[in-house]
Amino acid sequence: MILTNVESVPGKTIKQHFGIVSGSTVRAKHVGRDIMAGLKNIVGGELKGYTELLQESRKQATDRMIKQAEELGANAIVNIRYATSSVAQGASELYVYGTAVQVV
Amino acid sequence: MEALVVFFLLLIFGYTIGSINEKNHYKSIEEREKKTLPLPVVNMKKVEDILKPGKKIASAELVTGSVVVSIDYFKRILASLKNLVAGNVRSYETLIDRGRREAILRMKEAADSPDIIMNLRIETSTIGRSANRNSIGSIEVLAYGTAIKYQY
Repeated sequence: MILTNVESVPGKTIKQHFGIVSGSTVRAKHVGRDIMAGLKNIVGGELKGYTELLQESRKQATDRMIKQAEELGANAIVNIRYATSSVAQGASELYVYGTAVQVV
Repeated sequence: MEALVVFFLLLIFGYTIGSINEKNHYKSIEEREKKTLPLPVVNMKKVEDILKPGKKIASAELVTGSVVVSIDYFKRILASLKNLVAGNVRSYETLIDRGRREAILRMKEAADSPDIIMNLRIETSTIGRSANRNSIGSIEVLAYGTAIKYQY
């Protein structure tokens, strides 16, 4: 599966469009990580726990999107966009969407 | 009284460690920025705009980099004081600057030696419970783009 965030797959031509595919996940914060982050909040700097948590969640969302595209018979997803929104206190939704296409 | 002592301790602790942290972070950012300088990152959308004449594209892939950074206690208090009189909130400027540059660097480092990264997008979102004042000041920055390799 080729992923790009431009309107085509550079170097290849699009043969067929399958429409929008998307994946999302809602993740709550981990209690242990939350405590560490609380301490880290005093001195500032990177909150590694949260960085990892969000990366994992984003990967899961992307995998869901890829699965959807595979079911449609696509071999690439173009014009991918990421969006983040906070749903409730301490939980955030990660959303990724794009257009499934077949390229040659 | 005890609360006041704790408050000042946190303030001093946050200030000293926070400023050392920030200095080190900026040093590492500048070093890595120099190292990754040969890889251009552009926010052009069209392939024709970035393609050198006579070159062909071998592969394209999505690359991402993200980071969550937080402000220290001292700066957080400083910013809330600054809120009273308005004006530039310098402490938040450096926070966001650090986050963005770090995310772009991570994106560049994640890429498997491409020739150029096109259509760079940067997303910023705040993290934490907005109701709790203490947790304001964490931001997540996500940078993503399409890494292009030329055919040789």
